[in-house]
Amino acid sequence: MADGKVAVALTVNGERREALVEPRLLLSDFIRHVLRLTGTHVGCEHGVCGACTVLVDGAACRSCLLFAVQANGAEIVTVEGLAGPDGALAPLQQAFRDCHALQCGYCTPGFLISAHAFLRDTPDAAERSDAEIRSALSGNLCRCTGYQAIVKAVRQAAPAYREAGLEERR
Amino acid sequence: MTHVGSPLPRLEDARLLAGRGRFTDDVHPDGLLEAHVLRSPHGHARIARIDAAAARALPGVVAVFTFDDLVGVERQMPMILPDRRILHPKTQLLLAAEVVRYVGEPVAFVVAETRYLAEDAAELIEVAYEPLPAASALADAASPGGRPVHADVPDNVAGADEIGFGDAAAALAASPRRLRRRFDLARGHAQPLEPRATVARFDADTDLLTVWDTTQGPIPARAALAAMLGLGIDQVRVIAGDIGGGFGPKMVLYPEEVLVAHAAMRLGRPVKWVEDRMESFVATASEREQIHEVEVGFDEEGRLLGLVDHFWYETGAYIPYGLNTPFVTTMHLLGLYRVPALAVSFQAVFTNRMFVCPYRGAGRPYSAFVIERIMDLIARELGLEPAEVRRRNLIPPEAMPYRYPLTYWDGGPVEFDSGDYPGMLEEALARVGYREIRAAQAAARGEGRYVGVAAAAYCEITGIGPYEGTRVRVQPGGRITVATGVGSQGQGHHTTLAQIVADELGVAPERIEVTVGDTAQFDWGIGSFASRGAVTAGNAARIAARKVARQAREWASEMLEVDAGDLELAEGSVRLKGVPEVGVPLEEIARRADPARGRIGRDPETFRPGLEADGFFNPAQGTMGAGFHACAVEVDPSTGTVAILKYVVVHDCGTVINPLIVEGQVVGGAALGIGGAFYERVAYDEEAQLLTSTYMDYLIPTASEVPAIDVVHFESRSPHNPLGVKGVGEAGTLPVAPALVGAIEDALAPFGATFMTMPLAGPDAVRAAIRAACAARGEEGCRASGPV
Amino acid sequence: MKPAAFVYRAPASLPEALAQLREFGGDARVIAGGQTLVPAMSMRLARPAALIDLNGVAELAFLRAGADAIEIGAMTRQRTLERSAEIGRHARLFHLALPHVAHFQIRNRGTFGGSLCHNDPAAELPAVAAALSAEFVIAGASGDRTVGADGFFAGLLSTALEPDEILRAIRIPYLPGSCGFGFAEVARRHGDFALAGAAAVLRLGGDGTLDLARLVLFGVDDGPVRAHAAEAAMLGERPSDDLWSAAAAAAVAGISPVADLHASALYRREVAETLARRVLRQAAAELRDG
Repeated sequence: MADGKVAVALTVNGERREALVEPRLLLSDFIRHVLRLTGTHVGCEHGVCGACTVLVDGAACRSCLLFAVQANGAEIVTVEGLAGPDGALAPLQQAFRDCHALQCGYCTPGFLISAHAFLRDTPDAAERSDAEIRSALSGNLCRCTGYQAIVKAVRQAAPAYREAGLEERR
Repeated sequence: MTHVGSPLPRLEDARLLAGRGRFTDDVHPDGLLEAHVLRSPHGHARIARIDAAAARALPGVVAVFTFDDLVGVERQMPMILPDRRILHPKTQLLLAAEVVRYVGEPVAFVVAETRYLAEDAAELIEVAYEPLPAASALADAASPGGRPVHADVPDNVAGADEIGFGDAAAALAASPRRLRRRFDLARGHAQPLEPRATVARFDADTDLLTVWDTTQGPIPARAALAAMLGLGIDQVRVIAGDIGGGFGPKMVLYPEEVLVAHAAMRLGRPVKWVEDRMESFVATASEREQIHEVEVGFDEEGRLLGLVDHFWYETGAYIPYGLNTPFVTTMHLLGLYRVPALAVSFQAVFTNRMFVCPYRGAGRPYSAFVIERIMDLIARELGLEPAEVRRRNLIPPEAMPYRYPLTYWDGGPVEFDSGDYPGMLEEALARVGYREIRAAQAAARGEGRYVGVAAAAYCEITGIGPYEGTRVRVQPGGRITVATGVGSQGQGHHTTLAQIVADELGVAPERIEVTVGDTAQFDWGIGSFASRGAVTAGNAARIAARKVARQAREWASEMLEVDAGDLELAEGSVRLKGVPEVGVPLEEIARRADPARGRIGRDPETFRPGLEADGFFNPAQGTMGAGFHACAVEVDPSTGTVAILKYVVVHDCGTVINPLIVEGQVVGGAALGIGGAFYERVAYDEEAQLLTSTYMDYLIPTASEVPAIDVVHFESRSPHNPLGVKGVGEAGTLPVAPALVGAIEDALAPFGATFMTMPLAGPDAVRAAIRAACAARGEEGCRASGPV
Repeated sequence: MKPAAFVYRAPASLPEALAQLREFGGDARVIAGGQTLVPAMSMRLARPAALIDLNGVAELAFLRAGADAIEIGAMTRQRTLERSAEIGRHARLFHLALPHVAHFQIRNRGTFGGSLCHNDPAAELPAVAAALSAEFVIAGASGDRTVGADGFFAGLLSTALEPDEILRAIRIPYLPGSCGFGFAEVARRHGDFALAGAAAVLRLGGDGTLDLARLVLFGVDDGPVRAHAAEAAMLGERPSDDLWSAAAAAAVAGISPVADLHASALYRREVAETLARRVLRQAAAELRDG
């Protein structure tokens, strides 16, 4: 039989959070139902659709494939953590809007996190082929857009990441 | 400034991008309980006994409902679309009582403190099943001696119809050439990325039930819930806020929606149920399986002289959504072509599978597949270019409006209202590089490269009635609100309706707040389906906004003491034409139109306070969306893999309200079509066990499978509504399969491989077709020539 | 789709993990990246009484160039291999294969050892390990033991690991001289498991004939299939299309593909042969260009 609840302490979008959770609680459910950060969506709960993608210690991961207890001590970033401190849309989010890269918006948080990780790690993304960008996005399913506008938005946001990267290194 | 026609970025995007959407599962009332459904593991079985005692005893479990525990609620699900052609209007029970008829049929409803506990409890429910023979494949269920799904329907025929015009049999008999083929079209599933979900809260102090629901039709859902729960419609509020994709199946009312509301009322606490992904495959309606047997007659020039088709249509175990889909198939079976005679009949057949409903395209992907494959087959038979055969059969612009002597299900005619079909075909061919590819094809084959090209047409009767409505209100504080019952599952109604109203009221669209899908805001209408939102709600919004504009001019005329005819609405004010400094802001007029004291002095017969109006649009007939898809592919005959080299859509949806949104609809539709053409197939085994219940088995295309799609708008205004719009929501999906299959066949012409099924399920199917073609020619092994 | 309850342990060392594994008898599972195990638990297809989480066992996550082999800790993330210059220098076959392994979000979490221990017959990494003649260092109560790839992959979804053992590390012996690599697969979609796939390693001796030839097929049997007979027949021969065709034909003679929803057995056999030919040609082209 299960033992009792386990304490977890982690940082989410820069804020320290603590809770007692059952070991079997999925990280996706923890984020949505315990922390009430409902921007992270659950689409398949078996690691295919990518709607629940979050950053765990900087790495984009499916939050439905982790238990909350495994995130003890981790730094998590969800879609709510992407915008600026004043709530202004980040360049990637703005690009999604400009390019009509979302329709129902359900897959969007996962795409934003995946694209954010890709652009952060790929300073020359703007020069990459469509096939490479599409490959980077292929871990997220979208049923509305046909992906074309998402590819366009990622391309549009690329220079902002390169500049931010240069800024950081300076 | 005209906002209709401008590529305005969407107004609803900012909150969705910031993670501030309000989807049903985001609603979390205090005291919330969570539910889980125990479902039938059998395709067909008798329930001998259910014992839920252990589940009820589990700590954290609040209630377990079985059929016998349902008290004070109607236990039979309603017929959503009754129809005289339905011989056996079977619907399911809220929870199965004596017999289960499909894998996934709800048997018990567990409510607990958490979903985790509810799932634990469901494992403790003992159900003794006595398995019965299951009717799985459509072909078997329709055969004499097939296993009956319902004891009182031994032949499994749920309904049937025959339609047509001219003497098709005679036309075929007199045709110089004839051709007969069978087409097998498999089940596909819409799979919106947000699963279905319902949250219900009953307030005993006010006797009001609030239901947050992922429905495409909140107003009919409210009516059905009220009826089943014994409440007035005024006691039920349905909120369909942000919805994560619909595509058809969320138009249907399901048992879970009623069970959640019933449990919330019975238990006095809010209840939530969220479908999980594996459930979605068994518990949400999918579409189709159709088997067509078609015969056509044509002349030596490739002109169609008559078409006779009989098809079988699978309904699944029940038929709540009626015969809508097969009927739509019949009405679009001739595509964009002039054909003198048609005879089509169908039988809807029960099987032991989840019931079906319309899914984006609603029967038209099948009609397009059949007629466009026929075009290709005629071309092959006569040694003509497939594009040329289409050219010779297309309805020409000078024939517009062109009518078939058929009556559509809205009661209107099947009419091709406007457009230049040959012009669109030529544009599609030019864009895809048809002639260039044809010219280079032989040389490429010499290098072992198999490239093919094809074009396929679609038509779609869109924007049908009966009606939709919209309420426009200028509030005294200055807010301008628009509300409609047509919910959005991503189609951008918040923006397009704002654009339409903005033009009429002379304000920026950003100032307009659109609410969709909340029955407390507006409660007349049907819902979002059948590519009708822009036509019906769009024109209704225009009508309502024009009424408000007229009210504003009347009040302003009094306030400014000028003639109403000399006033215009611009920049948020009503002002004197040519003298912009003489004017009064809309909010000031709204305050004047709702005074606290004083005398109004208007005709009581027509007086209405405030700046507010409802508009309704009830189209006399649908509008005809139309277009062509053209694509070029390269096939690797050794592995059967297909690369899409180019994909072009040329389409006509009448007036384009917002090109960004229309292009998004078309491209997204095409991606869905690519899934349906090549990747997605719902598979069952012989005992009606579902084999595709995860995203590892049911393959949705990713960004790597969907190519860049080039979209060209051909705008020909529809004469049937003031905005001149035609629907476009489903258009993108319709001819994808025949376009792709046509191109693949063209690429593989040296092998002679043919494809008469949809989907063309992956590289194995391509290899199988190559092998079959070679075997038919007596060639062993049939290796590809050229490099491998 | 919520997992059944379980006891959670997060050991900090390998001995601690081994002890905990013994504590629960056969009822505990170790969890590495969890990218296969967690969905199986959510579907309640797997319901271990206890989970021993190896993610906190630092000694299992390493990648270093040893004296005669690259040594990779079992908990090394697939993404780490993908980004490793060391791997690029000594075991480039990984870099050809990894882009086919699911998606980067999965590789961020998924581990090399986890993939090997799961031994899905259509998975890429077991095939790479087989092609590179990997050695598996297995930790147990009585110390470490080492088995070769042929011994480790024991059958469908099973390996040589005993229930109370944990994979510690994988050694990839250096291949002296200049090798050519080939890797190809056919999958339904980008990132899916292969319907069929092949990997090859070739090396030329001073006399212009092959002195090393390895060919592995996957997705076509109950695990990666090292085509030993085909390999032996290539040794001492000069590269040629005929040689590749003969080797490919010999390789598929020994496989037992199965049918599933996505492909027939016949298809898998045909395509395995085609891909075998292609990866050999690809590896040979690297030799020529190299």
